[in-house]
Amino acid sequence: MAENLEPREAAEVEQAIQWAIADGKTLEIVGRGSKRRIGRAAQWDMTLDLSRLSEVTLYEPAELVLSAKAGTPLSEIEKLLAANNQELAFEPMDYGPLLGGAAGGASIGGVLSSNLSGPRRIKAGAARDHFLGVTAVSGRGETFKSGGRVVKNVTGYDLCKLLAGAWGTLAAMTDVTVKTLPRAETEQTVLVFGLDDAAAGKLMTAVMGSFADASAAAHLSVSLAERLAETAAVGKAVTGFRLEGVAPSVAHRRVVLEDLAKPYGSLATLEQAQSRAFWRAVRDATPFAAGGPSGARDIWRISTAPARGSEVGRALVDRAGAEVLYDWAGGLIWAAVEGTPR
Amino acid sequence: MTVAMPKLDEAVLARRADIVAGLRRIVPGEGVIASEEAMRPYESDGLTAYRALPMVVVLPETTEQVSAVLAYCHREGVRVVPRGAGTSLSGGALPLGDGVLLGMAKFNRIRAIDFENRVAVVEPGVTNLAVSQAVDHAGFYYAPDPSSQIACTIGGNVAENSGGVHCLKYGVTTNNVLGCELVLMSGEVVRLGGSHLDAAGYDLLGVITGSEGLLGVVTEVTVRLLKKPECARAALIGFAASEDGGECVARIIGAGIIPGGMEMMDRPAIKAAEEFVHAGYPLDVEALLIVELDGPRAEVDHLLERVQEIAASCGAVTCRASNSEEERLLFWAGRKAAFPAVGRISPDYYCMDGTIPRAQLPLVLRRMQQMSAKYGLRVANVFHAGDGNLHPLILYDANKPGELERAEEFGADILKLCVEVGGVLTGEHGVGVEKRDLMPAMFSEVDLKQQQRLKCAFDENGLLNPGKVFPTLHRCAELGRMHVHAGQLAFPDLPRF
Repeated sequence: MAENLEPREAAEVEQAIQWAIADGKTLEIVGRGSKRRIGRAAQWDMTLDLSRLSEVTLYEPAELVLSAKAGTPLSEIEKLLAANNQELAFEPMDYGPLLGGAAGGASIGGVLSSNLSGPRRIKAGAARDHFLGVTAVSGRGETFKSGGRVVKNVTGYDLCKLLAGAWGTLAAMTDVTVKTLPRAETEQTVLVFGLDDAAAGKLMTAVMGSFADASAAAHLSVSLAERLAETAAVGKAVTGFRLEGVAPSVAHRRVVLEDLAKPYGSLATLEQAQSRAFWRAVRDATPFAAGGPSGARDIWRISTAPARGSEVGRALVDRAGAEVLYDWAGGLIWAAVEGTPR
Repeated sequence: MTVAMPKLDEAVLARRADIVAGLRRIVPGEGVIASEEAMRPYESDGLTAYRALPMVVVLPETTEQVSAVLAYCHREGVRVVPRGAGTSLSGGALPLGDGVLLGMAKFNRIRAIDFENRVAVVEPGVTNLAVSQAVDHAGFYYAPDPSSQIACTIGGNVAENSGGVHCLKYGVTTNNVLGCELVLMSGEVVRLGGSHLDAAGYDLLGVITGSEGLLGVVTEVTVRLLKKPECARAALIGFAASEDGGECVARIIGAGIIPGGMEMMDRPAIKAAEEFVHAGYPLDVEALLIVELDGPRAEVDHLLERVQEIAASCGAVTCRASNSEEERLLFWAGRKAAFPAVGRISPDYYCMDGTIPRAQLPLVLRRMQQMSAKYGLRVANVFHAGDGNLHPLILYDANKPGELERAEEFGADILKLCVEVGGVLTGEHGVGVEKRDLMPAMFSEVDLKQQQRLKCAFDENGLLNPGKVFPTLHRCAELGRMHVHAGQLAFPDLPRF
């Protein structure tokens, strides 16, 4: 069992890394450890656990900005934002269900380090697009900062981008600043039933190029739709589109969307609470949850050009017997595959 | 001018004829410009106070030529300055007397438009506006819209991470590019990203964007296309005090409204703009706010009404909503002409570009007035109020001895003030040579060295656009050195489990 170092403040992170360098020790860097099962098993001498660096240090809703220590639980930040009708617009997925862990276990540092996003990726971007500033300790044991606390900033290289998605391989973040945004006043989801992958791909492409301004578009085959509470009883494949905004806007865009979708299949609507639950499930890929029917399979996350999604998905189904879930209007494919050779 | 550039490499200059000949073997015909007269148009960019003739200008037409030119310069130890349309306001394309100026203007084709995936693949010399024009017929556009958009190029936008007036809602360049082809200083050609959203590995595209031509030369860019909003309407709101205007901006955002554009002007800027374009701006207000909502008609009307209510609650003294497209464009005409309008009331002006937390605006405006008195120079302000990006225009007369230097000192003080109140040195114009020596106001030596290590990973000999961004040039070997202290346990009380 590797030894854990649990610094209580940023200066101790720097000391820990300096010591590890001097002693030739390798370090695993974790926030709250919720995504540890992703990827190949790594080897390290010690674990640098940043979960004690936990505090929201600045939150100014009118400035759309929040700063926190890297180990701050995401759930704490999301609760704080919700109390102010705001959110992280990039809608970071929760890997808990997929990996067989508890939900709500992520830290803000881990969210940024793995550049998480969710169904709103197609409209609002990923963590990288909302990551304004960072203080981190390099592999040289030096504390450096990049970025700032304002949205518009081109002063020096954008090292936040490099750290977003680096999974802790470049530096240990100690303090981060992110952009916050108002939460939509209303949301509704229009469901279209019974489409095959190709038709769903075509409709999703058409909707994304229309005035419907959907903030999410996903397609689930029958077997996957059956695993979600909101669509379990449908017995057909489900293609979902989310509309968010002020009520008059959502109502108007719903008409635009329904006019496009009607020729494809029968329609239904999910109101706010159900809509939120549906997209949370899509976001977290819960049809593939570790405890579910696909739990024993290998899960692939594939990013492709959206309009090519159904073609890639079909190939996975036909050649590898995969189950596929399409998000991002076809741009993101979750595929569950039996026995991937290693 | 006061900025020091890297010392000229006499050995390179002595070989100039050979180098020109070597470049002509790669780019034949008129693609290599070596006569002083023909090189003159390249001596400066949009920051015209800084000028230098390059050693030679090269205008390649293909990625292969760019690759061969860079490989040649890499081998021969010759410095290279990349240039798009030369509209940089920070001197990012300022030539070096011993360097090759690599002009990318001939890369002016749109290679592919893919409406299904909502992307366009363009060469870097295509202008920003040309991208939107090429997809306009299908109801799409490219969102970042720097005010130089008729002239500035996509390659330059990537280098500077350009913004524009709509970036609070739609993001800046880095949020709107998905991929690029990049030639490294060694001549190696790499591709980053593509028409998909998440690329594997490190987000190198994210650091290339905004790297000011110091990491590589972009030869192709994949940009995102957005559906054009169904309609747009604007409100023109006047306030008796800039504090009230600032409060209004905060309350609009506090109410959950993210306008497509939200611009503020102070009294001197309002006056100059109104006298120039007669947009109907009120002249008896201290601050004028333009708030633009875009989207479906129903949404725009609904939100515009709420914005007007908020404005009234903040003590607005005038408030007009546009009722036609002509009226909306007229509201914008004054703001868009603010720079040339200021040019009419002063022989010269110096445009600054700091970003501040919005709440600090009244304080910053007050302090700026004090500085204005101290330096004896007038200042007019236009402000991207939504995102806190401030453009103070310092009025001066270059023909009066000492005024330019005073304007520069005034500008430096403003930018230091931006950093002091929690903001940054540059929001969208870049560091270039202009703000290079101010970098220590925002970054420690350790911060800057960390950034330079990234530079070293791409260009270890420091040949690509040296003298920009970093106040001190360190040799990469020196930056790589590690000073490890004897392995002692420095934190006996750190919890260990």
